[in-house]
Amino acid sequence: MCGIVGFLAKTPELRANLGEFVVPMLTCMGDRGPDSAGLAVFESPTPGLLRRYSLFVPRSDYNWNDLRGRLMAHFGGEIDLVARERHALFTAAVDAATFRRHIESHEPELHLLSAGRSISMFKDEGHPKDISASYGFTKLTGTHSVGHTRMATESAVSPAHAHPFTAGEDFCLVHNGSLSNPYSIRRKLEKKGIRFETDNDTEAACRFLEWRMREGNTLEEALRQGFEELDGFFTLLMATANKLVLVRDPFACKPAVVAETDDYVAISSEYRALAHLPNARQANIFEPVPEQIYSWTV
Amino acid sequence: MDRVITLDLEKQTVREINQFLHHDLGESSARVEILNPFGVHNIAVGLDAPVEVDIRGHAGYFTAGMNKQARVTVHGNVGWSVAENIMSGEVRVKGCASECAGASGHGGLVVIEGDASSRCGISMKGCDIVVGGGVGHMSAFMAQAGTLLVCGDAGPSLGDSLYETVIYVGGAIHSLGADAREEPLTADDRATIARLLAAARLERDPGSFKRVASARSLYHWHAGADHKAYS
Repeated sequence: MCGIVGFLAKTPELRANLGEFVVPMLTCMGDRGPDSAGLAVFESPTPGLLRRYSLFVPRSDYNWNDLRGRLMAHFGGEIDLVARERHALFTAAVDAATFRRHIESHEPELHLLSAGRSISMFKDEGHPKDISASYGFTKLTGTHSVGHTRMATESAVSPAHAHPFTAGEDFCLVHNGSLSNPYSIRRKLEKKGIRFETDNDTEAACRFLEWRMREGNTLEEALRQGFEELDGFFTLLMATANKLVLVRDPFACKPAVVAETDDYVAISSEYRALAHLPNARQANIFEPVPEQIYSWTV
Repeated sequence: MDRVITLDLEKQTVREINQFLHHDLGESSARVEILNPFGVHNIAVGLDAPVEVDIRGHAGYFTAGMNKQARVTVHGNVGWSVAENIMSGEVRVKGCASECAGASGHGGLVVIEGDASSRCGISMKGCDIVVGGGVGHMSAFMAQAGTLLVCGDAGPSLGDSLYETVIYVGGAIHSLGADAREEPLTADDRATIARLLAAARLERDPGSFKRVASARSLYHWHAGADHKAYS
């Protein structure tokens, strides 16, 4: 069992308070996934060559300012840093492939959680309530957000195995369920030079979809191919720079419920995570049907 | 009903409320109002008294599960497995129900006035389920006894591996599951449909329903069948 949450704010007021809406949802879904949690937040894209990079280090005494100094010395130019606990968000005029290569070769202790113009991401071990508090999720702002609370059933409990998973830029995915053919998907993708960071089944779905999009498909087209390729149970919630997308597998064994008002779209595994949102009882509440692609644009 | 008792899930836990409903109702009949359900699970499970319970808002999973005698009405939607394993009494949902409504129910009546999702009436064992709207895929899967009446449409694989439950559908049937077949509607069927509609307080033409029942071809192992296809 795991929990998923998603929120798309339609008004400037809600965007300015995105974290305040998402945190109670994530905390509530801690009942479905108490071992680790993650949250991706999307904001207006950075201009020009600037990219956002979310980094994680598995210890709490890391000196992020020293890292900033090393990165500025290597890449030149100004690099912005917002650090909290084991997570840091760097904003730099460096392309994603170069940044990733540099981190992997020079800073092996670090994990690059996400890259893109809009996305920033957090994930860690522990109860979602504690993770939300330690990283200050209530203060987060943005247009839309995707979160996950994990109860591991198929691979290790670690920050790297927590969701969301990312691939490429400005794309992330959370998953409630389990895939039965992640290794065959993985072998197929590895032959194309695609690298994996964990043995988690969800990473296979994430990299499959991102590969299809890199080959020119829209996310919706990639998902239709996903219905053919992905075997198992899944409710998948995904976000790109300007979209929130939800699907359930043909058997729909894993839950999802949507509440939409003029002000927001909120998605969760269970209604009780949505029940305290403003005007939730007057919202258009529905359960997504199997194999249908639900997409909302910012 | 001589007494009205108001319980509030903003002030009490679901466990406190359920323990009150199990132990503290007393001998006389009562009507209970449960306020602020906010999608909480397990509200009014395991009741065994002739009490009338109104839940004012959307409720979560397993609402009114294992119900005996009580008449529980949800004035909103419910999550998974409403009235699962119902034994007697009535559970009514004014809105829509998520998956597995009335699962394994042995007796009593389940009414979903809106739509019910997939696996409605899965493995039902003698209860009656009336759905004002439609039902999702795999409804009445392995259903053994009782009646499922669907006023709207039925999703894919209706009545798969059906035993002796009879299904009536007012709208379109997307597809039938293995061993489920449509059969002619008899006068007895129309009387059953009229009785269930009256009990559910829904108005439809009893003659406008289709009857789906088991072809019973999965009941026995066919020793003489050609199984080479599976070797």
